Formats: sequence, C-alpha cells, structure tokens
Amino acid sequence: MQAKLSVVALSVAAAFALSACGEKEAPAPVAAPAAPAEKPVVVVKLGHVAPMTGPQAHLGKDNESGAVLAVEELNAQGLEIGGAKVKFELVSEDDQADPKQGTIVAQKLVDAKVNGVVGHLNSGTTIPASKLYADAGLPQVSPSATNPKYTQQGFATAFRVMANDVQQGKVLGEFAVKQGVKTVAIIDDRTAYGQGLADEFRKAAEAAGLKVVANEYTNDKATDFKAILTKIKSTKAELVFYGGMDAQGGPLVKQMKDLGIKAKFLGGDGVCTPEFMKLGGPAADGQFCSLPGMPLEQLAKGPEFKSKFTTKFGYEIQLYAPNAYDAVMVLADSMKRADSVEPAKYLPKLRETNLEGVTGKIEFDEFGDLKGGAISVYQYQGGALNYVETLGGAPVAAPAAPAAAPAEEKK
Amino acid sequence: MDIFLQQIINGLVQGSIYALVALGYTMVYGIMGLINFAHGEVVMIGALVSITVTGTLAAAGMPLGLAGLCGLVAAILSCMALGWSLERIAYRPLRGSPRLTPLITAIGMSIVLQNLAMIVWGRNYMTFPPLLPKINFEFAGTHFTLVQVVIVLLSAAMMAGLVFLVYRTKLGMAMRATAQNPAVASLMGVNTNRVIAAAFVVGSALAAVAGVMVGSYYEIAHYQMGFMLGLKAFTAAVLGGIGNLAGAMAGGVLLGIIEALGAGYIGDLTGGFLGSHYQDIFAFVVLIIVLMFKPSGLFGEKTGDRA
Repeated sequence: MQAKLSVVALSVAAAFALSACGEKEAPAPVAAPAAPAEKPVVVVKLGHVAPMTGPQAHLGKDNESGAVLAVEELNAQGLEIGGAKVKFELVSEDDQADPKQGTIVAQKLVDAKVNGVVGHLNSGTTIPASKLYADAGLPQVSPSATNPKYTQQGFATAFRVMANDVQQGKVLGEFAVKQGVKTVAIIDDRTAYGQGLADEFRKAAEAAGLKVVANEYTNDKATDFKAILTKIKSTKAELVFYGGMDAQGGPLVKQMKDLGIKAKFLGGDGVCTPEFMKLGGPAADGQFCSLPGMPLEQLAKGPEFKSKFTTKFGYEIQLYAPNAYDAVMVLADSMKRADSVEPAKYLPKLRETNLEGVTGKIEFDEFGDLKGGAISVYQYQGGALNYVETLGGAPVAAPAAPAAAPAEEKK
Repeated sequence: MDIFLQQIINGLVQGSIYALVALGYTMVYGIMGLINFAHGEVVMIGALVSITVTGTLAAAGMPLGLAGLCGLVAAILSCMALGWSLERIAYRPLRGSPRLTPLITAIGMSIVLQNLAMIVWGRNYMTFPPLLPKINFEFAGTHFTLVQVVIVLLSAAMMAGLVFLVYRTKLGMAMRATAQNPAVASLMGVNTNRVIAAAFVVGSALAAVAGVMVGSYYEIAHYQMGFMLGLKAFTAAVLGGIGNLAGAMAGGVLLGIIEALGAGYIGDLTGGFLGSHYQDIFAFVVLIIVLMFKPSGLFGEKTGDRA
C-alpha cells in the first residue's frame, strides 16, 4: 500500500507539474506578439468525448492523448483566424461507452457552446449523439466510430477520419476466405460497433461461400465466454470472428485455448491493440485482426507522430490516437480556410477538406466518410502487431507493395 | 453429451465463485438484515491487492507460487481490515436507523471503493500472473484446467470451514443468537457489536479468496470487476434464500450452471429467436419463478438457523 500511495502522490505531483508547464507555455506565444499589435485572443473550445472510465478507458485515454497533442501543437503555432489570435482548448468528456451517457455529455457540449467536437469513440455513443450535434449545427469528427450508420443519417455535421465497417467487414471476409477456412463462428458484443462489424463480416463471408455455423453474443463488460465458446466448439468452426473490443477479445482468445478450441481467431479494429495481446497472452499469438488505414510506419508523418506521442506521454499508442490527432487538425484546418471559428461558417469548408494528415490523405465524400479508406490486416506475433497486407482503398497501392514483402517473409 | 458436461463444468466453476461471494451477503443479511452492496467491491480490492503484492514479490525474485501465496494472505488480511472498517465507519453509526438508510450507504460505499481503486490501480485491465501451472485435463471429451479444479475444491473447503465456524464454535453460536434476536442475545452476554464486526470480517475474508480466484481464473482484474459479480452473487443468495448459508451455496452453484446452460442452449431451444446474449435473462427468469412459488428462496424456510 505504501508503494501505491507514493505512486499516487507522484502522479498527482506530475499532474501539477504538467499543468504548470501548460500554463507557462500558453501565455508565452500570446504575450510576444501581443505587445506590438494588441490583438485579441479568441478561445476555441473543442469537445472531446470518449469513455474515460470502464473497460475501454485505456482507449479513451488514447484518443484524448492524440487530441491533446494536436491542440498543444496548434497553440504553439500561434494561429490567427479572423484577425484574432486563437487559443484552442480541449473540453474532455467521459461517455462511459454508454449510449445514454453519450447523449447527456453531447448536450453538455452543445450547451457549453464548443466550436467543434472530436468524438465519440464508440459507434454506439456516436450515432445517438450525432443527432444532437446536427440539431445544433455543430461539426463532429469521429476518430474511431466505424459503424456505417453514423454518416448515413443525412446529417451535414457528421464526419469520420477512417474507413467504415462496410469496408472493414468486406476485407475481413475476403481475408477469411484466403485463410482457407470453410466454416466460421461469429461472436459480437451487441454494441453498435460490434454488431455492425459482425453483420458486415457475415455478409461478406456468406457472399464468398463460407458457412456461418454459429452466431453467438456477449456484451462489452463480460469476462466469461466459456459457455458460448463451448457451444462454438460443438459446431467445429474453423475460424472464430469477434466483433467487439480488446477488453473482451483478449480473455476470449485465452478461453478458446483453455477449452481446446483449435479454430483461428479473427477480429476488427477493436481488438487490434497492444492491450489485446497483453490480455490474451500466448493465446493471441498467430491470430489476425484488421485496422482502418495504413500502418503508421508506412506513412510520411507516421514515425514522427509515434515518437512525439511516446516521448510526451510515456506510453504506447493503443489504437486511434493518430486519428484523434488528425480529427483536431481537420477541424482547425477548416477554421483556417474559412477564416472563422463559427461552426456555421467553417462547416462548408470542412466538407472540402484536403489535408495530408498523420493517417494519410483526408478527403470526405458527400456523406462525410473518408474517401478511399484502406484497411490493413495485422498478425499478432511474439507480443507485436505485424503488418500483413493492405486491402481496399485506392491510393495505397504504391507504398503498400514494397512493405508487404518483409511481412510475408516473417510468416 | 460432452458439450453438456462441459457446460456443467463451466457453470460449476463460475457457480463456486458466486457461492463464495454470496456467503458474504447472506451472513451479513442473516445477522443484521442489511444487504451490503459494497461486498462485490471487497472482492475487487482482494484481487487487486493480491496482484500488486504478487507482482512486487515476484519481481523481487520470489518464486511465483510463494509470491502468489503471500498475495493471497495479503488480500485476505487487507479485505478483513476493509470489512471491519466498512462496518465501523459506514454501518455501525446507522444501526437502528430505518432499513433504507444503511442500504443507500452500502451503495455509496460501493461507488467510493470503486473510485478509490480506480485512483490507486488505474483504469486499465490488469493482467493477473498465472499462479498455477497451466495444466489441461481432458476427460470424456471435456476440457478443464488445474485452476478450475482448484477453484471448486478451495470454495468447497472454505464453505465447509464456514459451516464449522457457524455451527461448531462459540463465535458461531453467538452469531446465530444475534441473528435470532440481537436484543435478547446481548442480554445473554453476547457482545453483538463484536459479533456483527466478526461477520463482516469473515465475509470479507471469503470475498478476498473469491477475488484471487476470479483473478487467476480469467487472468484479468480491474476496478469494476466487483460490481456485476456482486450483483450475481446477491441474486444467488436470494435464489437460495437470503440469510441461509446452505441456500447461498446451493444458489451460487445453481446460478452458475443455469447461466452456462442458458447461454449454451437458449438459441437451440428458441430456434434462434433468442441468442446467447439473453443468458442473464435466463438466470433472472429462473430467479423470478423461484420467488413466485417460494418467496423466501429455495432454502428460505429455515429462518431459525440462519447465520
């Protein structure tokens, strides 16, 4: 306990030190040009919503860290928009990955008159919240909500900076066929994300001639999967697909091994994290998962972002931190081009975004989906996520080809 | 058939854990009529303390088995202290107040403990070190691990120990006397405050063991793990007849097995209309049916020897 208390004390001290640094940095760039020109400073509030507590808190923190990094860089640049100096401020909210809580905090952000929203993390919270943002005319860029429905509701304010699950499910279905399996079992966690991804995978798998022998369900707080896995075992499925997050996927793959299930495991972006490997242990080895976009290492600004992130926060990127960073940058970029921080004024410019982000080129189609979003498949090997291949998405063919070669050798 | 057996094994292991936690609920309820909703959080604290102690000792070079044992002992001791403090700080000052007051306090303590644990141990899932060697058994087409065997045996031993404590020792006699009538018991020279504190301490020790077992079974632990477990254990206690020791044990095991079979067969039984995500509903429907026909639970009629 003593040790733990001192850890707490340290982290509290660190937090104070950090906030002190932040305060020191903030006035500096403002003070310098303020002396000659006396320009007013406008505070631009950006809402950020993700689960900061609960089983997905590590992913929420990951997104938030990406957004924090972007905001700090923007403030260091000392931008001027509409003739005034702007200072970005992140208003971070916790939606607990709960759709009900998602709409409560969305209303809170609308009432707080934020200038834009980055979030939410989960599709299940993003979709109901997007209605509130749309009614308020507030631009929303989700860094991680992959359910196709989000952008198909006809809202002019809804955007996302990664490929959606129609693309991902299709790629995963094709990948399963390439693995040479004939029968698959599908498990999902009944969230908008998990269910959506599982449905898209099912469609793609059946279209490709695979036989779905079991459809089982769990929830996003479960720890015990033995009962449904036992049932899957009786169907002798050759591949188990999981639509859900890493906090369940890790224990699930472990329990598969305990029950002597030999089937392969395949999952989407929710399980494509270091956390999954930590929780899954040796059972995670050799299994596959997919992520929207390209691996950071292969992108022009990727490695730089990765080192900036780990130096600043002292922990690894989990999943969507680069996308959260890009989401903030996309909002700031359209404010710049519109020369206004007013949502009504910069929203039209947001649709015309053409930005070279950390995660690649960002352009939106008429729905607010990312144009030409690629999907990459990874394999867990010895505690690392190894890139296998990139499927789908037009502009990725060129850089993908040379990088695919070393991954093939590893296999 | 082997699938059916496998589901029974899955349920038995899960049910043993429920039973162990349910005993804590039922002991406190039996003696003072309070549902200690913070009990699930005691389980969680037990698991997290044992992770920290085991991890620290193992990192210092102690063999994992011994470190795990120290972790277990540390978890039991700190949970006993926690149970005692809970009673002393949160419930004793409210003795004699309306029944709802301590119930609300209990829910409050549950939230406080969860948040304290979040501050101390962080929000992430922690991986539990594998305390026992990974040995897989195969029997008649079923698979089970050494951890599962140990969980069932250890819970049975703990329950036997508790029954001995309640029915064969002086403290147990004092507990039963206090359960029957606290006022008369104190007139007979029973220190009821001490007996109630003892019930909390013993229940918390069982919770600590359950916490370590859950942790080493799933090899994960986090600050919210106690909530749902506590709810299920409470359901098990009600199913068996709250306030009754045998009821808590039978209720726990029964609930575990119902859940496993429910998740495994509900899809086939309803022709795919209901899926395995209805496994909790299955358990609660059984609870409702039992309560409709036997409102005091399966073993509820023997209110005389509740402890």
